[in-house]
Amino acid sequence: MSLDVNTIFQIAGIGIIVAMIQTVLKQMGKEDWAQWVTLIGFVVILAMAATLIDDLFQKIKNVFLFF
Amino acid sequence: MDIIQIVGIGLAATFLALLLKEKSPVFASLLTLVVGTLIFITLVDQIKLVMDMLRQIAVTAHLNTIYVATVLKIIGIAYIAEFGAQIAKDGGQANLAGKIEMAGKVIILVMAIPILTAIVETVLQLMPQMGGG
Repeated sequence: MSLDVNTIFQIAGIGIIVAMIQTVLKQMGKEDWAQWVTLIGFVVILAMAATLIDDLFQKIKNVFLFF
Repeated sequence: MDIIQIVGIGLAATFLALLLKEKSPVFASLLTLVVGTLIFITLVDQIKLVMDMLRQIAVTAHLNTIYVATVLKIIGIAYIAEFGAQIAKDGGQANLAGKIEMAGKVIILVMAIPILTAIVETVLQLMPQMGGG
């Protein structure tokens, strides 16, 4: 049973890179761009999390709710 | 060795979340959510084995399948509600977590209505007729 560990590191990497980009953009004085970068990173990770949770719920349905 | 895998992932995720928390707390909470989901997915495969065994025993014992199905559904609802409530609690929304738990309890109660009705009917059949002689 191999877990999909890649997702965890992907999310952590996206988080760190987004934080870095945010810092750089703030240093350059582009606050609005920093906001957009954070938002887009958040949406990407949210999509990944939603896919995983959908997978989980399908599995739970298969195990418990259908005979 | 599944347990070593799970504990290792948990540790790695904990440190990554610590690293992320000071930079951007939103990503840290999403990371914990994803890790929780992954661990749950691993556990579901294990739970499936137990459930298959229970189902087999129920078939062997000639139980009414509707009741067994209801019990399994109730267990599933409890798992899902607990999962959602813990995520909400992680996000700092203890209030919402309480509401999710309450919803789970109410839905479980509704699903148990046929079983409760069957129990009451059985007890009424066992009892001697009241005042009927």
